Amino acid sequence: MRKPSLSPGEKMPGRAGVGLKPEHYRVILDTRPDIGFFEVHAENYMGLGGPPHRYLAAIAELYPISLHGVGLSIGGARPLDKEHLGRLKELVDRYKPALFSEHLAWSTHDAGFFHDLLPLPYTSDTLRHVCEHIDEVQSALGRQMLLENPSTYLQYTESTYSEVDFIAEVAKRTGCGLLLDVNNVFVASTNQQWEEAKYLEAFPLAKVQEIHLAGYTQEFDEKERPLLIDTHDRPVSEIVWTLFEQVIQCTGPLPTLIEWDAALPPWTILHAEAQRAESIMSATMLEEPVYAETW
Amino acid sequence: MRRPGEWQNEFASALINPYMPVPPGLTDPLGEPAPPRFGVYRNNVVRGLVEALKDKFPVACRIVGADCFEAMARAYALQNPPRSPILLEYGAGFAEFIERFEPVASLPYLGDVCRIEQAWLDAYHAPEAEPLRLDELGAIPSADIPDLQLKLHPSIRLIRSRFPALTIWNTNIEGATPIPVDLEAGGEDVLIVRPGSDVEVRGLTHAEMDFVAALSEGFTIQHAAQLALDVDPEFALEAALGGLLGAGILVGFHVASSSSLQRGEDEER
Repeated sequence: MRKPSLSPGEKMPGRAGVGLKPEHYRVILDTRPDIGFFEVHAENYMGLGGPPHRYLAAIAELYPISLHGVGLSIGGARPLDKEHLGRLKELVDRYKPALFSEHLAWSTHDAGFFHDLLPLPYTSDTLRHVCEHIDEVQSALGRQMLLENPSTYLQYTESTYSEVDFIAEVAKRTGCGLLLDVNNVFVASTNQQWEEAKYLEAFPLAKVQEIHLAGYTQEFDEKERPLLIDTHDRPVSEIVWTLFEQVIQCTGPLPTLIEWDAALPPWTILHAEAQRAESIMSATMLEEPVYAETW
Repeated sequence: MRRPGEWQNEFASALINPYMPVPPGLTDPLGEPAPPRFGVYRNNVVRGLVEALKDKFPVACRIVGADCFEAMARAYALQNPPRSPILLEYGAGFAEFIERFEPVASLPYLGDVCRIEQAWLDAYHAPEAEPLRLDELGAIPSADIPDLQLKLHPSIRLIRSRFPALTIWNTNIEGATPIPVDLEAGGEDVLIVRPGSDVEVRGLTHAEMDFVAALSEGFTIQHAAQLALDVDPEFALEAALGGLLGAGILVGFHVASSSSLQRGEDEER
């Protein structure tokens, strides 16, 4: 399969960042906090003008920006929405984000736009679709994208690849980079009864260019087994911090995002979560990253 | 042999129809059917839309209470699935839906409150335009003024309510204290615009409303003023124009009697 010519954006530092929220626009511009980067959901900046663009432009003057899409539906069987891809291209051209990422999931089908990240079976058929879609995204945007591993609540019996093998194969065929969401690893591993350590051991860490950390909600299924929901509405859990530390010991510092999208805390609490990620990265700073073979 | 992509048709159909069984082949870790796990996705989809509507219509939510609002939002979401991958655009028909929603029929002004909230968001995300300066308008020969067509800021929205919807909106926004409102006191006309960083919401007299509405439809100043004077013989044209200019609502002009465009349709700034 054709490898796109990749034009990496501005170099993103191996530091922690947070999701940019309108509630925090003013405090960020007024206090200019020491933080590695801000990440925005692309779809929140698809209005034609107004304060969101004014603030993002001002903040992009001061900090690296990472653009995170939630609506492209890369994991679906239907062709990508060309108009949506065009809107993403406009944002990429305008804000020149250091990173662009999307999900291994689908959200759009003939039946409608679901605005949720839905799971796909891992088969040779879906592998081909996903690779075609990522090729198309990378060609349209003229740059490499990062693919994020999903949170899942159930499995498809028709899957013939493990999730990690599927992601590794996509990265190999398309030349895309990877976004490792450590919370998603823990959520999916718990829900699917996988071992998260084995998941991370098998994951192609050398291709990871960004990490996501977030909080989950613990529920139980009808058989009283833990069922974790990826809610992004609370602090990162201790177990996910521990997994993050193990990943960083292998990879060295990486751009690491605190994802907190609902029940948003005051700025200082969000910033403290980012500082915790940075202190873990400083403490485990290695001269040479050690990749997965040491696990 | 299943057709390629069939997994997605089955998933999507069952996702939006809670009475459909969970598709075969979607299981828990032991390979057992897992309706409650599929329910997480069903719930996420509707929950996401309900939360988006709560964010868009906080005043309506405060007026009816969170439980009632969520029930309305859920009913709307089930009947009106999104038609765009951009969630910002969701809920454009919510005001009309609420007006037909029987359980809140005793709050006939609620639809107009939602229209103000929708207009606020439309203005917030509208394109930018540079307001006209006083000296740009002052340079126009006074003989040309009556024949001017004015271009208004693209964020402008006008709402005519049969109810005191602006007063109700104003006293139910975050931090405000609701007061008793006389629903028989007459309707209110509302102008919403975002010339700079902030969305402004202001009340207009009926004559001012007719004047601004006529300008926005391309009527000349003279023609628009006549419509306003028909409603209110006391309508003060200069004050009304000065108010629009001062609020940054005028962004271009065009002399109707000449073919020369000043700042207007073909000259964006």
